[in-house]
Amino acid sequence: MKILREILSPLVAVALAFVVGAIIILLIKDNPFETYRILLANSFGSAKDIGYTLFYATPLIFTGLAVAVAFRCGLFNIGAEGQLYVASFATAWVGIKFGGTIVGDVDWSWTSLPSVLLVPLCIITAMIAGGIWGAIPGILRARFGSSEVINTIMLNFIGIALVSYFTQYHFKNPGPILETAPIGKAAWIPQLHEYFSFIPPDVPLNFAFLIAVLMCLIVYVFLWKTKWGFELRAVGQNASAAEYGGISPGKQIITAMTFSGALAGMVAINEVLGYRHNYYDGFSAELGFLGIAVALLGRNHPLGVFIAAIFFAVLMRGEIFVDAFTRYVSKDIGLILQAITILFVACLQKYSKR
Amino acid sequence: MNDTLSLAILVTVFFSTIRLATPLIFAALGGMFSERSGIINIALEGLMLTGAFTAAVATYELNSPYLGLLCGMLAGGFTALIYAIAVIKFEADQVVAGTAINLLMLGLPQLISGAVYDSSGSTPQIEKQFLLPEFFNINLASLLAFLLIPVCWYVLYKTPFGLRLRAVGENPAAADAAGVNVIKLRYSAVIISGILAAAGGAYLSIGQSSLFTRGMTAGRGFIALAALILAKWRPVPVLLACLFFGFTEALTIPLANYRLASGENIPVQFVQIIPYVLTIIVLAGFIGLSRAPKALGIPYNKEK
Repeated sequence: MKILREILSPLVAVALAFVVGAIIILLIKDNPFETYRILLANSFGSAKDIGYTLFYATPLIFTGLAVAVAFRCGLFNIGAEGQLYVASFATAWVGIKFGGTIVGDVDWSWTSLPSVLLVPLCIITAMIAGGIWGAIPGILRARFGSSEVINTIMLNFIGIALVSYFTQYHFKNPGPILETAPIGKAAWIPQLHEYFSFIPPDVPLNFAFLIAVLMCLIVYVFLWKTKWGFELRAVGQNASAAEYGGISPGKQIITAMTFSGALAGMVAINEVLGYRHNYYDGFSAELGFLGIAVALLGRNHPLGVFIAAIFFAVLMRGEIFVDAFTRYVSKDIGLILQAITILFVACLQKYSKR
Repeated sequence: MNDTLSLAILVTVFFSTIRLATPLIFAALGGMFSERSGIINIALEGLMLTGAFTAAVATYELNSPYLGLLCGMLAGGFTALIYAIAVIKFEADQVVAGTAINLLMLGLPQLISGAVYDSSGSTPQIEKQFLLPEFFNINLASLLAFLLIPVCWYVLYKTPFGLRLRAVGENPAAADAAGVNVIKLRYSAVIISGILAAAGGAYLSIGQSSLFTRGMTAGRGFIALAALILAKWRPVPVLLACLFFGFTEALTIPLANYRLASGENIPVQFVQIIPYVLTIIVLAGFIGLSRAPKALGIPYNKEK
């Protein structure tokens, strides 16, 4: 019964969002059924479709988990966007400095590490950089009681501006695009088509997806099977009761925000190590904010986050086809459906609690 | 650098400050009404986008910036009503619902302009004669924004509505016991905030520029929120905070062309982040404590 109730409200929210979406599509004089068919039918039809869907889902799993971990401690991490930008740049920086990057005739790197060292170093960098950017609002909340909502929003702007500065003035790839020089090849993580022959080689699905799945497991074990996770959730449920029980809320808040930031930072594994192989300014397109939606729709549970991320990825994959194959509906329908879904999930929360 | 040149820069910075502060003043004052009633308004960004888009379309279709502004404000009020229903009636989490509105307004204007004008990049260009007029280099909307400060001050501190609004934001149960309709008051406060934020957005599309582009507010709703916090939810400090934020943004324009003696220029990013860093510092209590309305973010439910 409990599980049924848990999944009922997200399903109702999605259904309602599609109804409202259909009304919007009718208002712009297009066919909602045809639009939805195109939107949903291109995600699982072939190995290529599935590969792309899972590729789109990967960063959403990371940001969804990030928001969920903070939520479980009673905190709002609106800052996943900034955390993943800072982490992605830091990862690219390590990939350049330790990856033997040569731009033109100039060696930009300090040294060339072998893959076996460089890849773990890059992954750890992603987690630390994201973790630091998440820890700042955590510390501010624990030490000064200032709202992590506002601070994470502010740190989004600060982080994005800072990495844009470093990209523009110090590590820019020559050319018109604001992106860093490429990371060394030793920092690249394997594409999954190299191991699974049924995945077409043009699908960018890479090792980061497996790490994302692993993180779902780790987050689950951490939150529900360890003492630290228990304490973190205790603070989320009732901070003063937890404190009475000998748990320091401040410590848990900092832990939760650091872990949350590290998870958001792991988007860099997919983006920088697995896909673009550099830092590209402005790549994220609201991945951090969609993480809020993914976490909420997934009821802040790792399994739910995984499913919700896949669902959002289906929309992201399908919207490209909608853009091409409908008369009036543009690819924005994906974002609109996601937004309306969040609104309904938020509205239904009141009823699912009972 | 000679004197006439620096004077020219000073004049440019002065007028850009007013220009850039204008949308922030509207949105921050809007946010003030909502937050003073106890409702967090992260949705300012989306409400501004609503106003910007609707005003651009209405001005283009009706050839009148005044009707455009009016339509923009109505659309903002309507969107705010949806937000209000979600957070007041359904007690949806205010941060989540606000984020939803922001994301929705990144997509919806594009969808509509894509369907109507066959271009999801932007709405059609509005002819210069149909934009909001300027007087001595100052836009009509800027004048309205400055006029709004004393008006809002008066409403907030000198009218029964303002008194009730503040009471509801601090202690809704007590206000309720004193006969104030908490729910109705919060609805009106959120709708007012939508109307004002949308006016700020409208200025961007039919005053400062002449069309709507995707996400054209570029975070101004969040800057307005920061200004509101810095101003400790009070109208006159809101003006100062918005002017300061406008000033830091205005500085980036001459800075981009300015070179140090060493031949390097000062990175604009360092100037851009000043408002955000300052907000964090103020929020942490280093420069006087910024105390939010006590009931901010808590849904009101009589039975509880």
